[in-house]
Amino acid sequence: MAGILVVAEAAADGVSASSLELLGAAQQLSSQGGGAVSAFVAGQGGAQALLQHGASTVYVGTNAALASGMAEVLQPAVQAAIEQSGADIVLLAQSSLGRDLAPALAFANKTGAAMDCVELKINGGRLRATRAAFGGNARAEHTWTAPLQIVTVKGKSFDAPEAGAGGGETKTIDAAGAARINVLGISKAETTGIKLEDAAVVVSGGRGLGDADAFKMLEDLAATMKVAAVGASRAACDLGWYPPSQQVGLTGKTVSPNLYIAVAISGASQHMAGMAGSKNIVAINKDADSNMVKVSKFAIIDDYKKVVPALIEEIKKLG
Amino acid sequence: MNIIVCVKQIPDPETPAASFKVDEAAKKVIPAQGIAPVVNPYDPQATEAALRLKDATGGGKVTVISLGPDTARDAIKHALAMGADEGVLLNDPAFGDIDNFQTANALAKAIEKLGGADLVLMGRASADWDMGVVPTGVGQLLNIPVVTVAKAIETSGAGLKVERVLDDGFQSVEVSLPAVVSVSNEFGEPRYPQLRQIMMAAKKTVQVWSAADLGLGADEVGAANRAMPLEALYVPKVESNVEIIEGDTPEEKAAVLAQKLRAAKLV
Ligand SMILES: Cc1cc2nc3c(=O)[nH]c(=O)nc-3n(C[C@H](O)[C@H](O)[C@H](O)COP(=O)(O)OP(=O)(O)OC[C@H]3O[C@@H](n4cnc5c(N)ncnc54)[C@H](O)[C@@H]3O)c2cc1C
Ligand SMILES: Nc1ncnc2c1ncn2[C@@H]1O[C@H](COP(=O)(O)O)[C@@H](O)[C@H]1O
Repeated sequence: MAGILVVAEAAADGVSASSLELLGAAQQLSSQGGGAVSAFVAGQGGAQALLQHGASTVYVGTNAALASGMAEVLQPAVQAAIEQSGADIVLLAQSSLGRDLAPALAFANKTGAAMDCVELKINGGRLRATRAAFGGNARAEHTWTAPLQIVTVKGKSFDAPEAGAGGGETKTIDAAGAARINVLGISKAETTGIKLEDAAVVVSGGRGLGDADAFKMLEDLAATMKVAAVGASRAACDLGWYPPSQQVGLTGKTVSPNLYIAVAISGASQHMAGMAGSKNIVAINKDADSNMVKVSKFAIIDDYKKVVPALIEEIKKLG
Repeated sequence: MNIIVCVKQIPDPETPAASFKVDEAAKKVIPAQGIAPVVNPYDPQATEAALRLKDATGGGKVTVISLGPDTARDAIKHALAMGADEGVLLNDPAFGDIDNFQTANALAKAIEKLGGADLVLMGRASADWDMGVVPTGVGQLLNIPVVTVAKAIETSGAGLKVERVLDDGFQSVEVSLPAVVSVSNEFGEPRYPQLRQIMMAAKKTVQVWSAADLGLGADEVGAANRAMPLEALYVPKVESNVEIIEGDTPEEKAAVLAQKLRAAKLV
């Protein structure tokens, strides 16, 4: 029996934004003949949101141990959901959990997991998944010979479906794996203001800024736009100028704001992998030949130290 | 502590887009002229972690494994020059079109053949296929816990305390040994081997094992046995439609940009 299982992640207000994007992907596959859409989530809190956004059956993991959020604990519960739903396609987010859980499920089921996919389609009843490889320089397309097809989906690759009445049913699963890894504590990165992934405008800085203080200037620029968040290239994060939680790119966050302002970022393929989906890109860079300038809508070729303060004033003037 | 580090040789991930070419028919990357392959950037960090743990626990052995072509010997040599003790190259024509899942299987078999280890260290992902699945696979095949994306690793009682990088912060975990830990770039810079160490590394042993040495049959490795075949590999097209903002001074350019952004309702 064919079908699609979305492995959702619970959040304070139901399920994570990326879980809803997975339902968007699932709905698209379902309309191409991928079968019914079901979902798994740990805890009752997320079930309603999943039903409203298009899951026809929600498997709720009820075991208290699942709260640790560790892949090894969740794996048997998700495995049970795969078996009960009869799904042959499993969708996970490319999140901390998905990165661990997708390959674990794949190995256990003697199949492959295609990580960080950007496009999915049904072809002859089977899944075909497209992903970036070689740091974003190439695209690879995969199919499966094994029955079970597992993918993680890159953030912002699919739109969340509209919420509806949600007439589906919920079922419970009590399974949980043994915890061999003991969680001692979690420290959340402090997010002041708008979350990077949700911001309509992202102002990002790179190695060309020269020092950590320059990020203050970018924060000031972001503040003039009220709906903006500040991001950074990995080079800037590795230098300790900005926290890794604000890193944009292959190994960081994926953003697709309406406006992405890249300040002193060269545009390496691994950085592009996290922001190429931005609707409008502006580059501020000394080098007219840099990759970031090439993909931009507008570019200023000059020293950011002079451009950014002037831009702050000009935007303020516009009111 | 006896530690095994897995290192991979890959095309230089910093290869500029302009030099990056693909043979679409063969579904392979064409090695860029004049750009030598490198050690996967996370793997020297895994080696660094191994050397520090060996020192901290007052002894043991660090063994390096790489699965790859003859040139992958260089990746092993790099780790030996950093200070690792011995190397094993898994080398067989059958490994030519191997995928991550078969790689994990071969590495797990090699680790067993070495008699296991207290700790297996790897990189968080290979910067060629960007999958990040081999550490999980090796852990599952050896039936030992896997802690991914480590920023810091220290001994703690009979096991390890690991600081992990999460999407939105950090997580501190404790794990008993044996275990697999994958290391992320946040771990920090690895040591850089000096000439003298590079020369000494030339004297260290590197064993070479084939698929048969690992007990792997012809039906277990290679493109024909992929659970997830590669159907296509290509370079995506990027068009440039950039408008360079003109102006005599940076201030003037900023003013023009602000107006254009307003006209486009972007600010
Ligand atoms: C496996 C792997 C994963 C990676 N993941 C990521 C990732 O997730 N995110 C990421 O960002 N990178 C990632 N990278 C790194 C990536 O390859 C690049 O090295 C990095 O993005 C470069 O950062 P940058 O553009 O800030 O620095 P650089 O490439 O050094 O660019 C600096 C830019 O600043 C400009 N500049 C300098 N001075 C000024 C000035 N005064 N005014 C204006 N412009 C100026 C220069 O012209 C240049 O274009 C990864 C690499 C690997 C190998
Ligand atoms: N061919 C290989 N030889 C040795 N180690 C490997 C190989 N492939 C992957 N690894 C290890 O697994 C990590 C993650 O790789 P991957 O899952 O391929 O992204 C790498 O950083 C290496 O430590």
